[in-house]
Amino acid sequence: MAVTSTTIPTMDAIVGPSPGQRLRKRVFGHRGVMIGGIILLVMVLMAVFAPLLAPHDPYSQNLANRLVPPIWHETGSWTHPLGTDQLGRDYLSRVIYGVRISLFIGISVAFVSAILGSAMGLAAGYFGGRVDLVVTFLITCRLSMPVILVALAVVALIGSSLTVVVSVLGLLLWDRFAVVMRSATMQVRALDYVASARAAGCSNARIVFSEILPNVMNPLIVVATLEIANAVLLEAALSFLGLGVQPPLPSWGLMISEGKDYLLFDPWLITIPGVLLFVLLLAINLLGDGMRDVTAPENRN
Amino acid sequence: MLVYTGKRLVLALLVAFTISVLSFSLLFLAGDPAAAIAGETATDQEIERIRTMFGFDRPIWLQYLEWVGRAIQGDFGRSYYFGMPVTELILSRIPVTLTLAGSAMAFALILGIPMGVIAALYPNSIIDRVALTIAVCGQALPSFWFALMLIVLFGFMIPILPPSGSESWQHFIMPTVVLGYYATPSLMRLTRTGMLEVLSADYIRTARAKGLFPRTVLFKHALRNAVIPVVSVAAVEFGFMLGGSIVIETVFALHGTGYLAWESIRRADFPTVQALILVFSLFYVVLTFVSDLLNAWLDPRIRVA
Repeated sequence: MAVTSTTIPTMDAIVGPSPGQRLRKRVFGHRGVMIGGIILLVMVLMAVFAPLLAPHDPYSQNLANRLVPPIWHETGSWTHPLGTDQLGRDYLSRVIYGVRISLFIGISVAFVSAILGSAMGLAAGYFGGRVDLVVTFLITCRLSMPVILVALAVVALIGSSLTVVVSVLGLLLWDRFAVVMRSATMQVRALDYVASARAAGCSNARIVFSEILPNVMNPLIVVATLEIANAVLLEAALSFLGLGVQPPLPSWGLMISEGKDYLLFDPWLITIPGVLLFVLLLAINLLGDGMRDVTAPENRN
Repeated sequence: MLVYTGKRLVLALLVAFTISVLSFSLLFLAGDPAAAIAGETATDQEIERIRTMFGFDRPIWLQYLEWVGRAIQGDFGRSYYFGMPVTELILSRIPVTLTLAGSAMAFALILGIPMGVIAALYPNSIIDRVALTIAVCGQALPSFWFALMLIVLFGFMIPILPPSGSESWQHFIMPTVVLGYYATPSLMRLTRTGMLEVLSADYIRTARAKGLFPRTVLFKHALRNAVIPVVSVAAVEFGFMLGGSIVIETVFALHGTGYLAWESIRRADFPTVQALILVFSLFYVVLTFVSDLLNAWLDPRIRVA
C-alpha cells in the first residue's frame, strides 16, 4: 500500500486570511476605491505642494497679459500652460491653489458636522426614548430647511469669509451623520458585548466611547467621505453665487463665476475649474461608495 | 390610520412652528437689522428712524408673534426692495418655480425609472454598468457648471435654445435638464434595488409559473411594488428641487422664487427672505406629511410603528 504523499497544511491554509488581509484584498480589488483613492491622493498632493508646483504667484496680476489662452490654442505658450484670467493671473497656479480651498472647506465642514451629527446620533441611538424623540425631531426640522437658501441668507447677513462658510455649512450638514449614527448605534447597542460591559459596571460614557464608537466607525467614515463631496459642491455653489469664498482667493466656484462673463470667447476660464471640480467630486464619491461596498458588502445596491 | 395621521400632523405642526421661529430669528443674526437696512453710510438718526419705522425697537417675542400672526393670514409684510406685499411678490413668481420643479421631476422620473428597470433586469450587464456610471457621474456634476456648459453649447455654439429668461417653454428646457438630472441617479438606484428585490420574491415566481406574459409580470406585478419607495423619495426630492432651484434660476435668469430669493438676499430684503425660507420649508413639511400618509396607506405595516 503506497503511502500517499500528504503535505501538511500550513497554518495560513487552515485559518485563512486574517480579517485585515481580507479587507485589504477587498480594498485593493475594488475598482472604485482604487480610482477614487488615486485621484484624491493626487489632489491632496497638489494641495500640499501647491507652492512648489505652481509656476507663478496665483495672486500677482498683470493687466498687460490678460486672457492669454491655454497651451492647446495656437496662441498659447508654455509660460502660462493654462492661460491667464481676466486680471492676467496665471490660471494653472490659481487652479492648483484652488484645490487647497476645496479640500480645506470639504474636510473642515465634514469634521464640524461629523462631531455634531455623531453626538446627536450616538445619544439618540444609545439612550433611546425621549432623547431619541428630540433628536429625530431636530433632524426633521433640519431636513425641512432648504440648505442653499439658508446658507446664502446667513452668509449674506454675517458677511462671508472662509470661517463663516465653514461654520455655516458645518452647522447645516450634520443631518446624514445623525441619521446614520443613530441607526448604527441602535444596532450595536443590542449586541452582547455592550450588555456585558454594562453588567461589568461600565459608565455610559465609557460604553459609548470604547464599546460603541469603534464599532460604528465604518459607516461614520463612509458618511464623512460623502459629506466632504457635498461640502465641496456647496462651497463651489455659494462662491459661484458670490456669497461664499471672496476674491482674490482662487476658489474653483468663484473662478467659474468670474469666468462666466467671458464664457463666449474664452470658455476655458470656466471649463478648466469645472472639470477639476467634477473630477474631485467624482473621486470622493467613488471612494465613499466603494468604501461602503467594501466595509458593508451586504448593503450595496 | 387615524391615530397615525394625527401623530404625523402634530409632528408636522411642531416642525412648522420651529421653522417659523428659526426663519424669524435669522434676521437678528446680522446684529442690528435696522443698521443693515440703512446701509453703511447711514447716520445714527437715520438708523433710529428705521428702527422705529419697522418696529425693531419692540421686544423680539412681540415682533415674532405679530409676524407669525400675520403670516398665518397670508400677510408677510412689505418687501423693502420691491415695495410691494411679499405675498403678492411670491405668488407672482411661484408658477415659474413650480413649472420648473414639476418638469424637472417628470424628466427625472421618465429617465430614472426605465433606466432602473433595465439595470435590474440585466444586473451586472453592460447596460447596468453604463446606468451606474451615469448615476455616479451625475452626482459629481456641479449643477451651475453643467448649466453654463449647456448655455455655451446650446445657447451659443449651436444656438437652438434661448440662454436665459423665462418667456416661453423653450426657456425651460435647459433648466429642466439641469435640475432634473440631479435627482435621476437616486431615483434610478432606488428603482433598481426595488426591482431586484421584488423580482426575487415568491409571488413573481408564482406569476411566472402561472404562465403570465413576462410583460404583465414585469409591469403589473413587479414594477408596481418596486416603485412604492420611489414615490416617497420623489416627493421629498421635489421639495429639495423647489429649494435647490435657486442656483439654476440664477444661472438661467428664470424669474421664479429661487431668483427672487437670490435678489432679496443680495439686497438685505428681510421680509422676503424670511417668507421664502418659511414657504420653502413648509412645502417640504407638507410634502413629507403627504408622502408619509401615502406610504402608510400603501403599506399598512408602517401605521403600527
